[in-house]
Amino acid sequence: MSFFQIILIYTCIYALMAIGQNLITGYGGMLSLCQAGFFAIGSYATAILTTTYGWNFWMTLPVAALISALCGFVIGMPTLRLKGDYLAIATLGFGEIVRNVINNWDSLTKGPMGIQKIPQAAIFGFKFNPYKKTAFLIMLIVIVTICYFLFKRLARSRMGRALAAVREDEIAAASMGINTTKYKVSAFILGASVAGIAGSFQAVYILSVTPGSYTFMVSIMVLCMVVLGGMGNFLACILGAFIIQFISYFPQLTGLTNVIPAQAKQIIFGLILVVMMIWRPQGIMGREKFNYSGEKRKKGAKDATRN
Amino acid sequence: MSSVAVFFQHLTNGLTLGGIYALIALGYTMVYGILKFINFAHGDILMVGAYMGMFAFDFLRGDAPLGAWTFIAFLLAMMFSAVFCAVLGMFIEKVAYKPLRRAARLAPLLSAIGVSFILSNGAAWMWGTQSRKLNYPFDNTPITFLGISITPHQILVLVVSVVMMVALSFFVGKSKMGKAMRATALDQDTAQLMGINVNVVISLTFAIGSALAAVGGMLIALDYKCYPTLGTMTGLKAFVAAVVGGIGNISGAMLGGILLGLVETFGVAVLGIPQGYKDTIAFVILIIILLLKPEGILGKVEKEKV
Amino acid sequence: MLLETEKLSRVYGGVVAVNEVDFHVQEGLITGLIGPNGAGKTTLFNNMTGLDTPTKGRVIFEGKDITGKKANEICRLGIARTFQNIRLFKDMSVVENVMIGRHFKVGTKDKGRFAQAIKSYFVMKKEEKEIYNKALEYLDFFGLVDFRNDDAKSLPYGHQRELEIARAMATEPKLLFLDEPAAGMNPQETEHLMEMISRIRSLGVSVVLIEHDMKLVMNICDEITVLNFGNKIASGTPNAIKHDPVVIEAYLGSEEDD
Repeated sequence: MSFFQIILIYTCIYALMAIGQNLITGYGGMLSLCQAGFFAIGSYATAILTTTYGWNFWMTLPVAALISALCGFVIGMPTLRLKGDYLAIATLGFGEIVRNVINNWDSLTKGPMGIQKIPQAAIFGFKFNPYKKTAFLIMLIVIVTICYFLFKRLARSRMGRALAAVREDEIAAASMGINTTKYKVSAFILGASVAGIAGSFQAVYILSVTPGSYTFMVSIMVLCMVVLGGMGNFLACILGAFIIQFISYFPQLTGLTNVIPAQAKQIIFGLILVVMMIWRPQGIMGREKFNYSGEKRKKGAKDATRN
Repeated sequence: MSSVAVFFQHLTNGLTLGGIYALIALGYTMVYGILKFINFAHGDILMVGAYMGMFAFDFLRGDAPLGAWTFIAFLLAMMFSAVFCAVLGMFIEKVAYKPLRRAARLAPLLSAIGVSFILSNGAAWMWGTQSRKLNYPFDNTPITFLGISITPHQILVLVVSVVMMVALSFFVGKSKMGKAMRATALDQDTAQLMGINVNVVISLTFAIGSALAAVGGMLIALDYKCYPTLGTMTGLKAFVAAVVGGIGNISGAMLGGILLGLVETFGVAVLGIPQGYKDTIAFVILIIILLLKPEGILGKVEKEKV
Repeated sequence: MLLETEKLSRVYGGVVAVNEVDFHVQEGLITGLIGPNGAGKTTLFNNMTGLDTPTKGRVIFEGKDITGKKANEICRLGIARTFQNIRLFKDMSVVENVMIGRHFKVGTKDKGRFAQAIKSYFVMKKEEKEIYNKALEYLDFFGLVDFRNDDAKSLPYGHQRELEIARAMATEPKLLFLDEPAAGMNPQETEHLMEMISRIRSLGVSVVLIEHDMKLVMNICDEITVLNFGNKIASGTPNAIKHDPVVIEAYLGSEEDD
């Protein structure tokens, strides 16, 4: 049971990142590979503010989101003019730069040792003790639900539609009066900030942060969640997050850690990306289609990754 | 050492590093030129190449002491590794990229990321995560020449990369197959109509790119040993080199590789950038070049036709 | 004059695609832009709609210099366009395509941006309904209402062209650029298109169209400008153009009695 709760907790934390990735990649069609970077920034913001400056966890949340958003803006402004492939590399590079900085900026981040003894999150004196998982899990479910509805609403607003238009055809979108840069950067900023929030929760769940937890692999996992569930579908991202976390913890859950090699899960993630692209690019659930008048769409979503 | 000698020392080090980047960058640029997508798995092919070369070299060398035979064995191992990776590259293309040739833009990219992950983790599974030493096939004591100290390894790198690049330039520029490659890069459909077998050309592109990566991988592993993520950072840097030179442009990849090698070496040695941030230099350069001249130094501006 | 270009030139690395062209569009008229392939028609279009920047010269719209403005800014000033090779938002529904055209028609009133974002978040339902209903009106105008929930890419070719015009019209332009609207259409579809263009004009929207179908051009255009090798070689009424010896020599010669 305990491992199942761990899976659910990580599902929630990663679902937040996947929701952000979905806005960027699923709606905006931009392949960003630096959710791990924003995740790290959020985690370290919370870790540093609570340990060194004695802040309350909840106060660090908006700061973590804001700093991540700011970094999203800084990386987004120059790179979003780039086409898909370049953007992927530039963001990947950014993720590596973040890890590099965390590893080397000893005075602030304590380098490879990381920051320990992060105080637990509390509300009105009630502590969300990560060792007693239920309360922590409920808190996360509430947060994920809120983010889910906020982002979903956003996606079916003018902004979501404009972003989809930019994804489908940037030139045509610009000719329809849409400021394409504005929407791309906005998506990037929002996607980054929600990953930052995920990072904050990761920090108060593990109660310590080390650079090793924010590798490229995290970004790939998040990407897998979105691709597997279905790009352009927020519910699908949460489903994807659950499946990927389930695969991650399958050896522990079944007690087969000695039988299944440690790399098996990563190899499966890689296979998921290749196999999904070839056989089901729209993911398990497919792109979410909105209806504006209570009618049903006739044609289903097909190619979810279409440019 | 006089300051001139110091300069030439750094220059030699930079050129050596740059030569390796250039070799690897060629693979990125050739694939991009033809398929217009970044083969994310290229760096991991390099890593496989290093391992294969190491296995072959150890097998061929046996217990032989350093000498002419070990050097020949190393070259044979390099050839084996190149052939192995060429086949691997073609296989990956057939399985993971070919079905996506007409798919949406993001699809092959995501597939390539998947392949990259499979390769690096598959290597960790099969060969373990600890580094393994690829022994020098010769006595690597530095030789001092005109006040500059240069290792036989550096000489090997310089010779091999120059030979490879010259050979590739001739192949692409002069041979019939090279012409077919350039035609395919310009317009796949028209090339097909002109009787060029596009599938063969694409396979060959992957084969050549992967073989060069294998050679590059072995040259790197001599200094840095073999480990499953060997290709990740090196691959990324080589990609940056390709972009800096102008992706899709073969001379650009060579130029970009050498430039990046020089900037990294001089950045650490002369500008005093801390060693810990050495890997960051490439990405900063990438972002700067993409801002100022996104098509790269030798690249052509591609404007979408409206 | 609604729109004019002053000595507009566009040079691509030594190749002069458009050479010092003075192009005029009068309010309320349908202006045709014709010329052989490669004459620079689409290039001129792109330079007037912000997708390309002139090497030299100016573009004046309603007396204001709009040279070098971005495509989205120019659209907001009241110039909308379609594309030679249809550029719909393929995986979005027909009605969503037109709703995109309504994008900047709401939520651009005064107030701070942030306050507005918050506000629009809460009044969204109403705003969305408005956009949707308005989009349906435009679809109705083109007889595409029944397809509203289909994917844009699933429409027959002729309807795709019409949808692109509907999408452009949804921005409520003063000036509409149509780049080969009849390309690939069968005679009935072309007939319908001509009717639609006339109706658009009767709504008070000026139209500029690039077209190879001479029957269409000669029938509905009030003014015609002819380009050849990037140069303007003639402009005037269809009748004058038909009998202009320069035009006949350059272009119409073989197609005159078409």
